[in-house]
Amino acid sequence: MKLFEYRGKELFDKYGISVPKGNLVTGEKDFSKLKFPVVVKAQVPIGGRGKAGGIKKAKDLKEAKEKLNQIMGMDIKGYKVGKVLAEETANIKNEYYLSITLDRSKRMPLIMASSEGGMDIESVPDDKIYKSWVNPLIGIQAYNIRSILSKLGLDKEESKQFAQVLTKIYKLFREYDCELVEINPLITTKEGTVMAIDSKVNINDDAMYRHQDIIPEHVELTALEKDAKDKGIAFIQLDGNIGVIANGAGLTMATLDALTHFKGEGGVFLDLGGTDDPEKVKQAFTLMKKAKPKVIFLNLFGGITKCDTVASGVKAVITEEGIDCPVVTRIKGMRETEAKEILKDAGLITATTLQDAAKRSSDLAGGK
Amino acid sequence: MSIFVDNSSKVLVQGATGHQGVFHIGEMLGFGTKVVAGVTPGKAGQEVHKVPIFNNVQDGVDATGANTSLVLVPARFAKDAVFEALEAGIKTVVTITENIPFHDAMEFVHYAKYKDAVLIGPNCPGIASPGKSKVGILPGSIFKEGDVGVASRSGTLTYEIVNALSEKGIGQSTCVGLGGDPIIGTTFIDSLTAFEKDKETKAIVLVGEIGGTAEEDAAEYIMENISKPVFAFIAGRTAPPGKRMGHAGAIIARGKGTADSKVKAFEKANVEVAKFPTDIADLIEESL
Repeated sequence: MKLFEYRGKELFDKYGISVPKGNLVTGEKDFSKLKFPVVVKAQVPIGGRGKAGGIKKAKDLKEAKEKLNQIMGMDIKGYKVGKVLAEETANIKNEYYLSITLDRSKRMPLIMASSEGGMDIESVPDDKIYKSWVNPLIGIQAYNIRSILSKLGLDKEESKQFAQVLTKIYKLFREYDCELVEINPLITTKEGTVMAIDSKVNINDDAMYRHQDIIPEHVELTALEKDAKDKGIAFIQLDGNIGVIANGAGLTMATLDALTHFKGEGGVFLDLGGTDDPEKVKQAFTLMKKAKPKVIFLNLFGGITKCDTVASGVKAVITEEGIDCPVVTRIKGMRETEAKEILKDAGLITATTLQDAAKRSSDLAGGK
Repeated sequence: MSIFVDNSSKVLVQGATGHQGVFHIGEMLGFGTKVVAGVTPGKAGQEVHKVPIFNNVQDGVDATGANTSLVLVPARFAKDAVFEALEAGIKTVVTITENIPFHDAMEFVHYAKYKDAVLIGPNCPGIASPGKSKVGILPGSIFKEGDVGVASRSGTLTYEIVNALSEKGIGQSTCVGLGGDPIIGTTFIDSLTAFEKDKETKAIVLVGEIGGTAEEDAAEYIMENISKPVFAFIAGRTAPPGKRMGHAGAIIARGKGTADSKVKAFEKANVEVAKFPTDIADLIEESL
């Protein structure tokens, strides 16, 4: 889960990392505790909001109210701004970049720092990004910090504070199960302090259960997405008109690839995962019907999922509720013979190979 | 021969008495796996398919000499289960559980390395050496004894490919499901190293997918270290960037991890890349 900037900064504050004084604003009264000039910032879970006009300076209350009205409700890359943060400005001396993320190949937290702060890190040349890897079993050590600090050209007091920030965000990264903690820019001020001007904190969804203090931001889901989420079915929405029910992520992707090969277009994808429950299969099929695809393509390989379980669920929906689009099925694996009997009995198209099934589905959907 | 599991594997199942545990112990026994023990706290003295259940891993190891563990416990207990197995001296831990917080996986993956143990998974279907042993939830009926080694980041897609191989009469030495998470214990490179050493393996199949750089890393390794022919399939060639395609690890982020980059890397390493999963079997048949 991507935290909004102000939530990330609440965590920074909790860990003792300096952030500008600020608060969420909805109207005039919310600026009363702040000293002008201020910065008014749209809260959206996506980068590039400055360029999109989501960050504006204001020298007095009148201007601040104007900027707030401009930003509140604006659309930034598909996100409607519902929360706005106002902060006092800082006397910036230098801007730096600092982050901790996961290095998948090394399977370790990776510290990245640069003296080219304030810009998109993707556009910073590799030789200007300083890296250090932390073995999760031993945690961050002084040598990690030294190797980063030696490159940044900070003075003694700044180095001391930078080291503290690094230690604290490592602690935050590990304790809150983060995928990413990024401060860009992390600044030194003319008064000699090190301060986080922005925050990006992403928490691993699988670990949310142990962070009850993090309240998920309200995200607008479509009715179908919400339905799928409530039922624990993985749901992927693409642009096409072929509804795919498959099991397993790899097979789901390979199915999409095969459809594309035959000029078909995948629409809603439901990944059943490993289920043994005919009721869940039934729910998935009902959900798919609501998405109104032109063709439904059921592509299944049974491992932990038993083919006949899925087939029974499908048959139940069709006999109870009927179906108004063609259904192409391709089923293989554990208890496949039983499953094929059930599906044939329900009057569905049974194909034997992925290619055959993908071609038939694409043809029935009219190709493109 | 084979890699990671064989006739000498004595398997202990953690999470043995649940619905999946009972079902898969039966399936593994049917495959010929030596399932010697099960562990469920508080259920010592019970039996599942005549396999004795113990309260903890150490008791199971002491009584049966188990050297391999299959972890089927729910995600929030998985870290504890893997640490328990490693501390009890288990040398091969196969972790099926999905949705394990990756910080937990990061810890036990490094601890397994420290203990010189093989850790397969998490979020994987397990491993099978046909004719010898299966540790996991892969459907036993698709396998055939032979000399092709398979390593895959996917579950069902692997079954698809293995099934196509077997139908063509091409058997497998070992098929290892590496798992679909961003953090996994055994990688393509670990599998390639083991398959290269294994006298029985004559050809290697890698089943990759978008996200991360595991395939690119593997391709580079193949150029320097692998003499056996390698074939590959990459899932997600048409997946849109930024979309998480089911597996937490399968996402094209910041322009990295595209299928295109992986296919190119493999081609550079002389690895033939199949268009459809089942085409792998044809490619191998042609080359033999």
